[in-house]
Amino acid sequence: MTDPATTEVEGAPRRPRRRASGGLGRYILIRFLLIIPTVLILMTVVFFLMRITGDPITAALGGRLTPAELAARRAEAGYDRPLIIQYLDYLGGVLRGDFGTTYTDRTPVTEILATYGAATFELVAYSVVVALVLGVPLGMIAARTRDRWPDAVLRIVAILGYATPVFFVGLLLKLVFSVGLGWLPVAGRLSTGGEITMSRILNPSPFYLLDALRLGDMTLLGDVVTHALLPAVALGILTGGIFLRLVRTNMIGTLEMQYIESARSRGVPESRLTTRHALRPALIPIVTVMGMQIAMMLGGAVLTETTFEWNGLGYMLAEYMKARDYVAVQGIVMMLAVIVALSNFVVDVIAALIDPRVRY
Amino acid sequence: MTEARPDDTAARLEIRDLDIRFATDAGDVHAVDGVSLEVAPGEILAVVGESGSGKSVTARSVLGLVPETAQASGTVLVSGTDVVSLSPSALRRLRGEDVSMIFQEPSSALNPVFPIWWQIGEGLRAHRPRITRKEIRAEAVRALESVGIPDASERIDRYPHEFSGGQKQRIMIAMALALGAELIVADEPTTALDVTVQAEILDLLREVRDRFGTSIIVITHNMGVVADLADTVAVMHHGRIVERAGARELFASPREEYTRTLLAAVPHLGRSSAWTALPPEAQQALTEAEPLVTARELVIEYPGRLGRAPFRAVQGVDFEIRAGEVYGLVGESGSGKTTIGRAVAGLERTTGGSLSVLGHEMHGMRERTFTPLRRRIGFVFQDPATSFNPHLTIEQCIAEPLVVHERELGAAEHTRRVRELLAAVELPGDYAQRYPHELSGGQRQRVSLARALVLGPELLIADEPTSALDVSVQATVLALFRELQQRLGFAALFISHDLAVVDSLAHRIGVLYRGELVEQGHGPDVLQRPQHEYTRRLIASLPVPDPVEQARRREARRR
Amino acid sequence: MTLSNPEPVGEGEPGGTDLAAESAAVAATARAPWYLRLPVVSHLRRSVGLQRGMLVAGVVIVAVLLLSAVAAPLIAPYGFAQTAADGTPFGTQQPPSAAHPLGTTVTGFDVLSRVIWGTRTAVAVMACAVVASLFLGVALGLLSGYVGGWLDRVLVMLADAIYAFPSLLLAIVMSIVISGGQSDAWGGILAAALSITVVFVPQYFRVIRAEVVRLKAEPFVEAAKVIGTGHRRVMGTHLLRNATRTLPLIFTLNASEAILTLAALGFLGFGIEPTSASEWGYDLNRAMADATSGIWWTGLFPGAAIALAVLGVTLVGESVNDLNDPRLRTRRRRRSERKVSA
Repeated sequence: MTDPATTEVEGAPRRPRRRASGGLGRYILIRFLLIIPTVLILMTVVFFLMRITGDPITAALGGRLTPAELAARRAEAGYDRPLIIQYLDYLGGVLRGDFGTTYTDRTPVTEILATYGAATFELVAYSVVVALVLGVPLGMIAARTRDRWPDAVLRIVAILGYATPVFFVGLLLKLVFSVGLGWLPVAGRLSTGGEITMSRILNPSPFYLLDALRLGDMTLLGDVVTHALLPAVALGILTGGIFLRLVRTNMIGTLEMQYIESARSRGVPESRLTTRHALRPALIPIVTVMGMQIAMMLGGAVLTETTFEWNGLGYMLAEYMKARDYVAVQGIVMMLAVIVALSNFVVDVIAALIDPRVRY
Repeated sequence: MTEARPDDTAARLEIRDLDIRFATDAGDVHAVDGVSLEVAPGEILAVVGESGSGKSVTARSVLGLVPETAQASGTVLVSGTDVVSLSPSALRRLRGEDVSMIFQEPSSALNPVFPIWWQIGEGLRAHRPRITRKEIRAEAVRALESVGIPDASERIDRYPHEFSGGQKQRIMIAMALALGAELIVADEPTTALDVTVQAEILDLLREVRDRFGTSIIVITHNMGVVADLADTVAVMHHGRIVERAGARELFASPREEYTRTLLAAVPHLGRSSAWTALPPEAQQALTEAEPLVTARELVIEYPGRLGRAPFRAVQGVDFEIRAGEVYGLVGESGSGKTTIGRAVAGLERTTGGSLSVLGHEMHGMRERTFTPLRRRIGFVFQDPATSFNPHLTIEQCIAEPLVVHERELGAAEHTRRVRELLAAVELPGDYAQRYPHELSGGQRQRVSLARALVLGPELLIADEPTSALDVSVQATVLALFRELQQRLGFAALFISHDLAVVDSLAHRIGVLYRGELVEQGHGPDVLQRPQHEYTRRLIASLPVPDPVEQARRREARRR
Repeated sequence: MTLSNPEPVGEGEPGGTDLAAESAAVAATARAPWYLRLPVVSHLRRSVGLQRGMLVAGVVIVAVLLLSAVAAPLIAPYGFAQTAADGTPFGTQQPPSAAHPLGTTVTGFDVLSRVIWGTRTAVAVMACAVVASLFLGVALGLLSGYVGGWLDRVLVMLADAIYAFPSLLLAIVMSIVISGGQSDAWGGILAAALSITVVFVPQYFRVIRAEVVRLKAEPFVEAAKVIGTGHRRVMGTHLLRNATRTLPLIFTLNASEAILTLAALGFLGFGIEPTSASEWGYDLNRAMADATSGIWWTGLFPGAAIALAVLGVTLVGESVNDLNDPRLRTRRRRRSERKVSA
């Protein structure tokens, strides 16, 4: 051809371009380092907020003990020292992986995480699956049938999904499927029989589903799944509604991009435009926002676990709250903050991997 | 579809009585009103017109790409098949194979998250479902090579953002060619590109026609592009075709009044120089006038991202603007021309060297000490749509400088001054109560001029003030600018990418290239006796609105 | 999160604010009487079809909510803490009957009265929370976005950290701080409202700041700078008025979140004492045990009230959002066949 496109390269000075792989490591590092201030800020805020109004011992036992006894207990726990010293002490503990020890039952908070974290993880994982299965395809359908009746129905469903508090959805599900139809158990993670079977497993993992699969016991597996179904659906509907809306909005935006029109002008079928050409660009912001939802899902998990007496972190948090054990509350809250920060980091990295244009 | 194709002399495209209406918020718009056209094999037809003339809608209807809110009637025959009544699946088969499209913004017409070969392959796969990945990659390499992209076999794995704008437009053309389309619709294919790149893309399109006998419809508002590329021209206005003629014939002897005004409005390089228009004594006075702006070794950098080197937008520039003088700054995108304009207005901090504006040193300036000088400077921005606060009326917009600097005058006096200014920019006084959105682009740019001049500044900075406007509107705004400058005698820094516009307005011209001022001097000196290689290339790349002269220039450039 | 994200594709700012759309809206409504220019009213006039239906439904539900909050003493058959009328106890867990259309609770309260009185608490918390976070968030966002520099960086980091945190947990911490977990009517309402405020301020802050940062680069703001307009005028006249267009949206979305957070706190036993005020979340908490034994009326109605209240507010918010976003707005379309053969 005439003159190869060499002259235009110098037409305009451009920022040095890099292959995505070259800058990705750097991006991941910077993004990882950003976790530190985030977590630090939260720890500081929560610590000082909870101490402005007094110490945990007064909160838990105030009124039940004489002032002298109270003072003695406080001195013993170190709550009579200046706040800033207590703060540094606390931070030092966290650095060593010590989030404190609960006041009521003298358990290290990290142990609570080890014991109950898996249950919460399982619940959140199930409901993410439910949410993705519901939200993504339905969102795409809504986007494609925009402003026609399927879209209308789906949008109302989505709004109902996240307008209804998760504990109310849980209550309704229980009323219908457990009490009314008697198909599914009311609460808990296992039936009594299931627990007995489970207790016979040598070196059990904290994940019931894995154990049941490993054992190959179909009755146990059924027990695990039926118990998980309602909580997963309750929490999944909430998140699924949000995903639906998110996918719909982003798909509509992406479907109006010029590159879709451009692909259409080359004869690419409409269905392929939605499922291939528009999906990936639309997914990048979706993944980022989905990462944000993890925080919300953990909040939702607290309520779901309470509703279904699902023995996870959230359930324990609620129990400690009832017992006014604020050391435990603070510890669990902090730990959840770290988990949220870490999962957001992972999600951001995934989003960066999908997007070839990351400039870091 | 191939067997249905009649012999090669039949028209590739035949549009009969095409009529398209849109439903918009403001009511129905009759976008295309009884258009009839045909394009012969190997013919390049230019459809020209100003914004809202219906040229884009007409072109898109060839591929059946009209929005859902539109209603079309008439026939559009592409190689004998009527697109308007075609079923969606037949339409899909036709797209790409018989007719393909090139868009204005190559950056947004390519999917940012897929590699090039995949995107080329999608078109192929749509028409040849059984094609293998290996075949696609081979075809993609061939397609990129045919449009002159070097290292094609390696670069098909790259993503769009790794190519320059011109290369992306080449890729778009390659995609059209890969499917073997015999008709290409190019919607403003070079508008988003710099003029030197534009020349290359125009050459490529011409060569595609010569090699493959492809028919091309070019939608454009640029008469230079028409003169350079088109065999025949259709002039559109208000949804109708006003005039249809061969390119040479149309430029030499336009039949219709509208065509004549349109052509007259196009600035023609070297036909009117602001400098030569001045009488010798005025020229003398200008060269001896006091400099208002002096830049010495001016450097402006943008800080880089964490740990990256800063980006040097302006690197060591010397120039001065004298009182009463219009200084034109020309350059392509990224040349630093806008940065310099913003630095003179105190919107950008300088990094090195010195920049003196109205006797005030801008290097290391403090906003507080510079504020009193601001009343002596006016600024006109490029985009008339975003230059005004949508919540303020035109009167409030123009009065803003008065409110800030001459509050003591009082509201009545402000209103009087606003009316005066509106009259000066030839707008009716009752426009004062309107909102910016209720004005057209050209009218808004007049208001912008009024706001810049309301305090009677000594220096006016105009950053591409007419590049968002249609040619005929641009001509009137430029005339107004010229008239006001002569009457009020302010100095001006006029920034533009268009050499012809700058020449018609500026007494002196500076040519910027990648942050360096490669050449400056009086209009005729720079344009007729360019010293720097880049200036020469810039001038040679600019298509003039005259097919005969342009053909000659093209030949000269080739050699 | 936002500290380092690459620009997303296909997703503008929430609410998709576009100066062109703003200008069009201003120009279109500028000469209409003031009441037609109010956010929701002007949106109602611009809407068509399904979007109008959703907006109208939302407005109706919100109106009912507000009305019953105001007129609760008139509508409700009994007081919220009443367990007996004329010396006769209502009885506990009574199924719906003529005397108690929605039945009675385990404590012997009338469910219908509790549901109606509950609107008061919900509306009060909503109003307090939204107003407080609105003012604080807008002021901080405007300042941070305009001033930039270190102040901006610190505030953004702070807001991002809080934003990424599960809002319910933060509300729990706040309610411990404010009221030690239990309180009387106003104490409880304020505690809930304040906890929600802390959660919402970062959201307002982020949105307003993003808008301000975007607007700051617009030529009309730069034009003001070239003129020499003072900071206060730039912020007040040019930035604030154009940055607040997304507020009705966040306003409604946060109002709905306020209801949900209040209910969640109540559900976890961190809400308002049942004798101080009626609160749906608390009632649901008490109803959980009932459900197992098949007593459905104690949980269904307060839950439905929460869902309906949130639904109404959300419908308004979503519709307003769609109408503000040029990409999402439905246009009046021509009903006739698109392709007509001549």
